[in-house]
Amino acid sequence: MNITVTVNGTAHTADVEPRLLLVDFIRTNLGLTGTHIGCDTTSCGVCTVLIDGTPVKTCTMFAVQANGRSVTTVEGLKQNGELSAIQQAFREHHGLQCGFCTPAMMLVGTALIEENPDPTEDDIRWAISGNLCRCTGYMNIVKSIEAAAETTREGASS
Amino acid sequence: MYPSKFDYLAPETLEEALAVLAERGDEVKILAGGQSLIPMMKLRFAEPATLLDINRIPGLDAIDIQNGHVRVQALARHADVVRSAVIKEENDLMAGAAPWIADPIVRNLGTVCGSLAHHDPEGDWASVMLALDAEVVAVSKEGVTHFHPGADGTQHTGGTRVISIQDFLVDMFTTSLYPTELLTEVRVPRYERGGGNYQKLERKVGDYATVGVATHIELGDDDRITKAGIALTSVYAHNLKVTDAETALVGQAPSDELFAEAGRIASAACDPASDTRGSAEYKRHIVGLFTERSLAESLKIAQGGQS
Repeated sequence: MNITVTVNGTAHTADVEPRLLLVDFIRTNLGLTGTHIGCDTTSCGVCTVLIDGTPVKTCTMFAVQANGRSVTTVEGLKQNGELSAIQQAFREHHGLQCGFCTPAMMLVGTALIEENPDPTEDDIRWAISGNLCRCTGYMNIVKSIEAAAETTREGASS
Repeated sequence: MYPSKFDYLAPETLEEALAVLAERGDEVKILAGGQSLIPMMKLRFAEPATLLDINRIPGLDAIDIQNGHVRVQALARHADVVRSAVIKEENDLMAGAAPWIADPIVRNLGTVCGSLAHHDPEGDWASVMLALDAEVVAVSKEGVTHFHPGADGTQHTGGTRVISIQDFLVDMFTTSLYPTELLTEVRVPRYERGGGNYQKLERKVGDYATVGVATHIELGDDDRITKAGIALTSVYAHNLKVTDAETALVGQAPSDELFAEAGRIASAACDPASDTRGSAEYKRHIVGLFTERSLAESLKIAQGGQS
């Protein structure tokens, strides 16, 4: 089946089998390996991307379902060669250890800040509750998302 | 893990979808959120020859009020219920249960109607709907004879069927839906003075309930209970509506003793299995405790005038 999916602003057309998982379309067909595969059973959340701005787990979605939709992966966070607010915050606040959950954590954080520019610590913990960090480094992930929300608010008001 | 091969169809109208179902419904699985179906396909527990994706059909995602009911249509996601002002205003039990479904990312895709049609015996929504005496609406192509494979000789000629949730939920992973029908909405009656609450014990976010208890009560002008709904999750072979406990409440003035009695009835009615989530004895204890606690919360809401 022929599909066209816009990924990080670029339209990609491909002939795919209906059973191709979206995560494999992104990683294998497009070579964007920042989207990871962890549990493969909708539990860990490392395969999360944004579809039209909403986080979804791409191990539990077929590529054909994304036909005509707009996907943002971690590779699409950087803007004009600069790290986005959330990437900068994860860097400054040591929001990662092994880095395996990081792309998904940053995408979920981005979507949260978009919906709720001033999240409480509780809001952040709820938002990332579908994402596992195998290093258990949640403290700094939460701090990083808090900091990114703050810089985003400052950027919006300046 | 990869599913078996399948044909993928994504019609853009309800008529087209119903035509596909009328033609080959017995080999079709309907894809809404896919958050239970796709994992089952990847494990090859489900191997549908055709996947009918209804996500491109417009006008199927409303959460609104229609003819004295709160209506949740087939493509309304769990996250839509969490955010819905209508649900927040109208139905405390649904509003209370929605944030406890799966995890936040799964909630962005998974649907309420899909959860009911899938009827995992440990699903939360079925208990909520049993406590609320919900109805589901199923549609199929008109003018064609539709057969139900599970019930001998059962057939109808298509159109719209309204089915009470108790008749709809037959047994684990089994509903009274015909293979040629599409579940288009679930609807619950509105109420004047009432309240509802969902208690869920889970080991971690996204896990099935160790124990779930849904309660809903309505009060009359004399402050007596006019309607009561109690249903349990994960402590029986399927979601269990505890009719005896409901009957014990109706007509009575609410009190701690009354709610404790309802808790004892629910605790006796369930039949939990011992597993990694806890012993049967433990779960049975929690059912009693949660029923009592949930009824007290429902009463608080009902008395507060919130509905």
